[in-house]
Amino acid sequence: MSKTIPVVIASAVGYLMFVACFSPYLLPWRQTAEEWYTVVATIAMLYGGVNLCTHHLKKISDREAGWGFSGVTLIAFAVTVAIGLLKVGVVPESVKHLDRAWSGQFQQEGSAFWWIYQYLFSPIVSTMFAMLAFYVASAAFRAFRAKNVEAVLLLLTALIVLVGQTKDREITSLLLAVPADGSLPNFPIADLTEFIRKTFVTAGQRAIMIGIALGVVATSLRLLMGLDRSYLGGDE
Amino acid sequence: MATLTKYTDHNALLQRNIKFLPGDMKSRRFRSGILWPVLKAVFVFVALFVTPCLTIAAEKPKDVAAKKSTDWFDTGKTTFAILTIVVCGTVIGCTEVARRGKPFYVRPIAGLQAMEEAVGRATEMGKPMLFVPGLEDVKEIDTVAGITILASVARMAAEYDTPLEVPTSRTLVMTAAREAVQSAAIAAGRPDYYNEDTIYYVTEEQFGYVASVCGWMHREKPAACFYQGKFFAESLILAETGNSVGAIQIAGTAEMSQLPFFVAACDYTLIGEELFAASAYLSGEPAQLGMLKGQDFGKLAAMILIVVGCALATWDSFSPPVKNADGIEAPSRSRWITDTVLKGG
Repeated sequence: MSKTIPVVIASAVGYLMFVACFSPYLLPWRQTAEEWYTVVATIAMLYGGVNLCTHHLKKISDREAGWGFSGVTLIAFAVTVAIGLLKVGVVPESVKHLDRAWSGQFQQEGSAFWWIYQYLFSPIVSTMFAMLAFYVASAAFRAFRAKNVEAVLLLLTALIVLVGQTKDREITSLLLAVPADGSLPNFPIADLTEFIRKTFVTAGQRAIMIGIALGVVATSLRLLMGLDRSYLGGDE
Repeated sequence: MATLTKYTDHNALLQRNIKFLPGDMKSRRFRSGILWPVLKAVFVFVALFVTPCLTIAAEKPKDVAAKKSTDWFDTGKTTFAILTIVVCGTVIGCTEVARRGKPFYVRPIAGLQAMEEAVGRATEMGKPMLFVPGLEDVKEIDTVAGITILASVARMAAEYDTPLEVPTSRTLVMTAAREAVQSAAIAAGRPDYYNEDTIYYVTEEQFGYVASVCGWMHREKPAACFYQGKFFAESLILAETGNSVGAIQIAGTAEMSQLPFFVAACDYTLIGEELFAASAYLSGEPAQLGMLKGQDFGKLAAMILIVVGCALATWDSFSPPVKNADGIEAPSRSRWITDTVLKGG
């Protein structure tokens, strides 16, 4: 019963979403279902916060590897939540509520929460994202090793696309003679890049996309018909 | 895999032992074949859904352009609805055929066959494994597919008693993952294997999640890493970190932009539809395998549409542009496929 009821609810809502795609009459029902999901997800967020604290407190208590990071996580979490809830540094936005310091938005420019986001969180995220450039280089180095014919073709194609994407006309103008009229020499790498992207890449991508769409249909049907219940823990 | 082979052998044995009378053999073959249930499913769908909808739609005045919320059917999507129903009917029909015992051939998928090898490697090395179910919530079909794969991996891990770490970026995914792993442990006859502390919530923030997972990978040096679900820019950071710690890596995603990164950095990648086929493939259940065969009919329909589209586009290129009475150029014939068949007329 504990598995049957969730499967029935999931299937009913799934069928509703499917039919509502073609029936405007059912759109309000669909919106209601989406609102329910938002409510459930919000409650689950609180559960997530509790889980975060217990998980890291346990790590600290057991002195697991990297427990110091758990301490930093907990402190950062507590400080951010406290500053956000107490609206530290927030000033009243409305003239009517000048006597109420908390009447402003917690993300207000100049507030402590805004400062944490702007000067701590944002730079850290940017740093992580910037590391991606180095990872791309190391992955490309491994992927483009000319081990066999296919790898050589891949390498050549990648080189053409790479050069074509980096304003090849300006680069090749350094190597080729400039025409008498002063215009940039026309070396067709950019055109070749466009041809590769529009013809080969698009064809390959569309083939994968058709497969994905059909896979989504089959998976959705498996879930709607209750054939696959492993997402709810199976039948055990 | 063993279940799949067993099932196929069993059905081959059944096929050999079945003897029909000569008179009704053709009819029974037809009825036990793939076409009959497919036609039946399509017929039932058309009778129950399409016909009433089209009838209602036909009764509506044609000049009502705006869709009212009181309309039962959006006539603009008629063709698309029929196409959807035919594809769904075919998939359901194939499931019925599989349920009746007809064995289907499913091509081997290297990434799925390597999963047991990866679990075995981790067991031999005495190191943990990592499973990342993507960054999106459980409402995304990719995440659901990832959790179904997690159930299979967890079952193998429970059998070998190999630790499995599942950091999640959404609380609902964590709850679903816990259910899946617990049930897998019970199914493997090892209920004591399940430890909810190894399946935990990290953060919804993309790079915060990546930092936590990569830190764990550097500290614990997992022997196998599975990335199954919806991924974005973090895919390469995860895969490259896994590569740097020497883990065998199996990724799977339907996110087109991330597939090249996984292909470049992982040992095996489940590309697009393979991610969705994984659950059926690993379960070995006839009904689920039948659905994979149903997808092939969908591909056939796509191929026919592509050929028709190409033919119409070629015809357009050789014929002069047609103008209507107002002197406006009429839409090309090939646009009929995109505007009428795929979007609805």
